[in-house]
Amino acid sequence: MTASEPLLSIRDLTIGFSTQNGFAEALHGVSFDVMPGETVAIVGESGSGKSTTAHGIINLLPENGKVTGGEVLFEGCDLVKLSRNEIESVRGREIGFVPQDPMSNLNPVWSIGFQVKETIRANGIATSKRDVEKHAIDVLKQAGLDDAERRLGQFPHQFSGGMRQRVLIGMGLSATPKLLIADEPTSALDVTVQRVILDNLAELTMLNNTAVLFITHDLGLAAERAEKLIVMYKGNIVEAGDSREILQNPQHPYTRRLVAAAPSLASQRIQAAVEHKTVDEPGGEFDLALAAEERVHEIDAEKHDSTPVIEVTNLTKTFKIRRGNFRSENFTAVNNVSFSVAKGTTTALVGESGSGKSTIAKMALGLESITSGSISIEGADLASMKRSGLMTLRRRMQPVFQDPYGSLDPMRNIGDIIGEPLRVHKFGTASERSQRVRELLDQVALPQELFNRYPNELSGGQRQRIAIARALALKPDIVVLDEAVSALDVLVQAQILQLLAELQSELGLTYLFITHDLAVVRVIADNVVVMQKGEIVETGPTDEVFGNPREAYTQNLLDAIPGANIELAV
Amino acid sequence: MLRYILLRILQAVPVFFGTTFLIYFMVFAMPGDPILAMFGDKTPNPAVLEALRAQYNLDKPFIVQYLLYIGDIFQGNFGISYSGREVSEILVRTFPVTLKLAVMAVVLELILSISIGLFSGIRKGKFFDNAMLIISLVLMSLPIFVIAFLAQFFVAIQWGWASPTVGGNTAWWNMLLPAIVLALSLYATSMRLMRGSTVETLGNDFVRTAYSKGLGRRRVIPVHVLRNSLIPVVTNSATNFGILIVGATVTEGIFNVPGVGNTLFQAIVRGERPTVVSFVTVLVIFYVFLNILVDLLYAVLDPRIRYV
Repeated sequence: MTASEPLLSIRDLTIGFSTQNGFAEALHGVSFDVMPGETVAIVGESGSGKSTTAHGIINLLPENGKVTGGEVLFEGCDLVKLSRNEIESVRGREIGFVPQDPMSNLNPVWSIGFQVKETIRANGIATSKRDVEKHAIDVLKQAGLDDAERRLGQFPHQFSGGMRQRVLIGMGLSATPKLLIADEPTSALDVTVQRVILDNLAELTMLNNTAVLFITHDLGLAAERAEKLIVMYKGNIVEAGDSREILQNPQHPYTRRLVAAAPSLASQRIQAAVEHKTVDEPGGEFDLALAAEERVHEIDAEKHDSTPVIEVTNLTKTFKIRRGNFRSENFTAVNNVSFSVAKGTTTALVGESGSGKSTIAKMALGLESITSGSISIEGADLASMKRSGLMTLRRRMQPVFQDPYGSLDPMRNIGDIIGEPLRVHKFGTASERSQRVRELLDQVALPQELFNRYPNELSGGQRQRIAIARALALKPDIVVLDEAVSALDVLVQAQILQLLAELQSELGLTYLFITHDLAVVRVIADNVVVMQKGEIVETGPTDEVFGNPREAYTQNLLDAIPGANIELAV
Repeated sequence: MLRYILLRILQAVPVFFGTTFLIYFMVFAMPGDPILAMFGDKTPNPAVLEALRAQYNLDKPFIVQYLLYIGDIFQGNFGISYSGREVSEILVRTFPVTLKLAVMAVVLELILSISIGLFSGIRKGKFFDNAMLIISLVLMSLPIFVIAFLAQFFVAIQWGWASPTVGGNTAWWNMLLPAIVLALSLYATSMRLMRGSTVETLGNDFVRTAYSKGLGRRRVIPVHVLRNSLIPVVTNSATNFGILIVGATVTEGIFNVPGVGNTLFQAIVRGERPTVVSFVTVLVIFYVFLNILVDLLYAVLDPRIRYV
């Protein structure tokens, strides 16, 4: 095969799913090529058909899915026409696959070694027990796992998300395939871990001249990692071509919206705007950079009083970890942390997982006991509060959690869910309460018809709006947002961030915003508290910390924002 | 691990006292005088009556009776049945019979429900699956004594494939029919659980990943689907023990198996306090230990479970 011939060539691929309402086509004639050794990224929001395309290539569609037309030519052979046995010998050996969620893609009941070894054996790389073992260790070492020999006997639950993803990448590449399909391989991981893992992946694929089909919802990440970009929307390719070109000069309106909404890119543009004092042109209906800038102006103009609403002083939290046979040891999750949040502003707590940021949020909400130190809310000390005091406090401070699928009771309708805090706090009569719920639905820009609907009928973005409406029901002064936008698609994320900003200026809310995504922080926060391993690394106004980070750790986090180094036409 | 087992055994202590007290109280509250019943139609001599009452501690207040009884148990003395035999002797005679019957039934039930449940789950919505679901529904709606009588009538009497009653011959092949009946009474719920659990496991991401690695069905189903799906079935089989004992009592009665269930049933009818309470106590202890055992087995199947 010559270099000019594509390794993978997809022609007019259509895929459909049989559902309760009949057969629904999800992919409407998609065509693209992947050359040997090339990295191609497919970008799109959930439901755009990017994962369906990936699964369709190696026939891993769920049982109700079916390729209804088109060809998947891999080295000239149509994979769609292969029998079950034939496709099995292509999978793993010729085309490797790295799945999305490292938490659910390893079988929890088998050891890591077992799962790596069975891959090696299935692809005929080695047969004797010693060779297989040796290969397995090599695979894990290459994927960047230290002391791989010892790791072989361990189980997935003993690994962190990043380590599991390394195992999955190792397995995907174990048979040195010609093509690797990576389906959102790092979207469940911290940015710093993401960078290290993707660097490792790039290195390994470069070494063996493996082509990569990279699937992601993050435009910045795609542009940073791939030479070619394919933008998908509702089962169609809307734009394809050189990645830098698409980013700097998007043609299709949808691509323009994506560029405008990507927090990673927005943060860069804000930085540019701060430095050059240029006026940005709006890139679409939700331009995050623009929204953030407006906020800065507003706050400057308002001259808000700087009395702290939340004051955290020398806060420490220690957990007891049982070690078996009646022994236990202490683990300090939060160590001597102090910061304060001024009224009407947003303070972001940032850090990787395990940095203690969520523990602080839980303590501030009174959901976790305080080991030492104090949190005072509008001058009242949280630790010394009785149950009734906590009840009045909760009236003024409400949470919004990360997972909009887990935080709404599926058995109750939307009206009940939003109205529950009102009932608990004995607000007004039944009709007054339902009036307030309708008001809240308006406030979060949802139709009032949703009142009698159930959470499973709503999209992720709508659910998160419901969660925000519930938090606002009692007209609180403070809202604690624990990774409130991390589980959402970029476009939806942009809308929610916009909504939060509007609500803040309208109602004078104070936000404590917990997130691992620095790009989002840039857009929403006035002040940043950077945390690492339970301690504060750096704190200050957002522009200062981003423009001039004093600590290496902060710099590291900032560098890890995907697409941070891409030249943009701003 | 050690700590866990110790804690579980400590938990068993209140369970032991609670159940024995409850059973003792219930038997005490049963109407009728057991000593009078021993004489049938005859009127006993008042002196003999008093002597017998004193012998079985029936002349003392309830709580004293209970404490005396517990004291005896801790000395390894399970009391004497009203027919004059040592309760422990009856236990030693009947327990192995029931154990054999129960093990046969459970083994049959697990083999059937796991294999059929697995296959049904894989073929979800297909003909085999639907047929098996209907059969399990029929079995679930039939009380065990109906299954027992039907089996006794057709299999044993009409077709003559087995003897209608077990009687004194407790060889395993002679108890096969009651064991099958007992197994069928447990089968339906287990099979449905296994089927549901298989369907759920098949939908897991790691199954797709296993295929993406190049593994075939023959590898993925037994290695990545079967083991994960077994976990709820194993947990359930421990709680099934109660149903098993109820089923054994009925089956042993119908097929005249000289086991624990049969003896216990007759003792309840005759109001024999020492026999009833001792048998139930032994069953409770057995149940508690079986549960600990299954919980440990659970940890073997699922490495995420570590008892510390």
